[in-house]
Amino acid sequence: MLEISNLVKRYGHDEAVLKGLDLTVEGNSVVAIVGASGAGKSTMLRCINRLVEPTSGSIKLNGNELVKLRGAALRRARRKIGMVFQGFNLIDRLTVMENVLAGRLGYVSLYQAISRRYPQADIERAFHLMERVGIAHYANKRADELSGGERQRVGVVRALMQEPEVLLADEPTASLDPRTSEQIMILLQSLASELELPVLINIHNVAQAKTYTERIVGLRHGKMIFDGAPADFNKEALDAIYGGIEAPDDEITEAPTRVGEGVSHDQA
Amino acid sequence: MPVSTNEQGEPIWRLRTSRAQWLGYLAWLAGISLFLLCWKLISDNTMWVFVEDAGRQGSDLISRMLPPQWSYAHRLWQPMWDTLNIATLGTLLGIAMAFPVAFLAARNTSPHPLVRSAALVVIVSSRSINSLIWAMLLVTILGPGVLAGIIAIALRSIGFVGKLLYEAIEEIHPTPVEAINATGASRMQVMSYAVLPQVMPAFAGISVYRWDINIRESTVLGLVGAGGIGLQLNAAINSLAWNQVSVIFLMIFVTVLASEWVSARVRRAII
Ligand SMILES: Nc1ncnc2c1ncn2[C@@H]1O[C@H](COP(=O)(O)OP(=O)(O)O)[C@@H](O)[C@H]1O
Ligand SMILES: [Mg+2]
Repeated sequence: MLEISNLVKRYGHDEAVLKGLDLTVEGNSVVAIVGASGAGKSTMLRCINRLVEPTSGSIKLNGNELVKLRGAALRRARRKIGMVFQGFNLIDRLTVMENVLAGRLGYVSLYQAISRRYPQADIERAFHLMERVGIAHYANKRADELSGGERQRVGVVRALMQEPEVLLADEPTASLDPRTSEQIMILLQSLASELELPVLINIHNVAQAKTYTERIVGLRHGKMIFDGAPADFNKEALDAIYGGIEAPDDEITEAPTRVGEGVSHDQA
Repeated sequence: MPVSTNEQGEPIWRLRTSRAQWLGYLAWLAGISLFLLCWKLISDNTMWVFVEDAGRQGSDLISRMLPPQWSYAHRLWQPMWDTLNIATLGTLLGIAMAFPVAFLAARNTSPHPLVRSAALVVIVSSRSINSLIWAMLLVTILGPGVLAGIIAIALRSIGFVGKLLYEAIEEIHPTPVEAINATGASRMQVMSYAVLPQVMPAFAGISVYRWDINIRESTVLGLVGAGGIGLQLNAAINSLAWNQVSVIFLMIFVTVLASEWVSARVRRAII
């Protein structure tokens, strides 16, 4: 269970980017975080694995407070948090297998990492997961020889190699073509239930968010202004999140059907 | 009609403002004056009688170099081999020391700003002293010989390799590094897994390039007693054996050419 409470993040002396967020994600639910560019979606996700230092507030993963951790304790906590990135963030010059095994770095020694002598169990887990997402035959290829969709699968497997207790995905499909991005969304959705893993997905595409997730959280200017089921995500909520901001081209492709049931608490 | 002038009829945009233009003229004036001044200083300090003689002296020197004394060549194999060893071992030693220094000096991998400053000082001091001067110092400390040459080459290479490598480290893509950090990897694991693969081609290229430079530099180290073919060169010049000097020149020329070819090939293979 992931519990975020009163999370505040301010970069330097600027206005706060996150203004006291509260969010609890339980079980194996898939949560979409939507919001205009600059709303603070990435910042929120990165506070969870401390790629960004929160200014104040609390983030607990299965009861374990993450915000104050440092050094080895932080690294131990991080290995339980998988992350998938918009730009895949693979190491291009290494093979797919090496990239995938990077997910085990938190569990092996420096010598094992440098000499690539990973435990047999890790290698088996790697093949198992690569087969699951359909990239096992690329194991020995260099990561930069793969297509975008395949590279994102490598990214997903790398995150799952960590045996994570939560999976964070920061716009995992934004660099992919529509068809491939649907496939990645389906993959994330089914992995969440197979591995009983909560998944938080930052996403631009509202139609995809509604189709592939079971809960939508809307951010605007660092505040949560919608939290509800996809069915309740109506035109009103959409306007509250994107209103006055130029909307992304693909976000109104699926017109909302029901009106007036979303928990919309617009404070803007 | 496109509007390119304002109401006063002045152009809205031009390459330089009139202020910048005047500064430009002034800079030119200052430059030319400085050049003329230097010219006068040099010419006042030159013995023109010697310079007038230069053509005759030059042709005389060349005539004494020719024909080269080919029989002398067999005595050069050993010093030439020494020279190659000085360059190669010196380069290896240098890059071994430059490698950690570069990681300490690069902004994105340095553990602390103070460590970074210290590493930069190491790099700058190594770079600011020529191999020949390092060799002179080391010959006084270690005595003449190949060892002084190797260490001189190594000390000079630290700065060169260290600087180019730390610049390469600062230019890597930060996003894969972030992703590896997010897996819970330790600092050293991140270096070896996310940083090193990205700088490996640059590192190999820089090392081979420095080896190529070091071949050239090690040919003159003998002039100060630090071993290699420079010793023979010095001896031949001192005894006015110009037809031996020409053999040495040719030998150096061919070696440098070969090293240049090798390094070009290797670098192309890497990149
Ligand atoms: N490293 C940073 N330093 C300063 N400001 C940042 C940094 N990262 C993000 N911001 C600012 O924080 C705000 C939210 O950014 P971000 O979390 O990336 O939004 P989103 O992912 O929703 O597009 C933006 O205004 C952005 O300029
Ligand atoms: Mg973002």
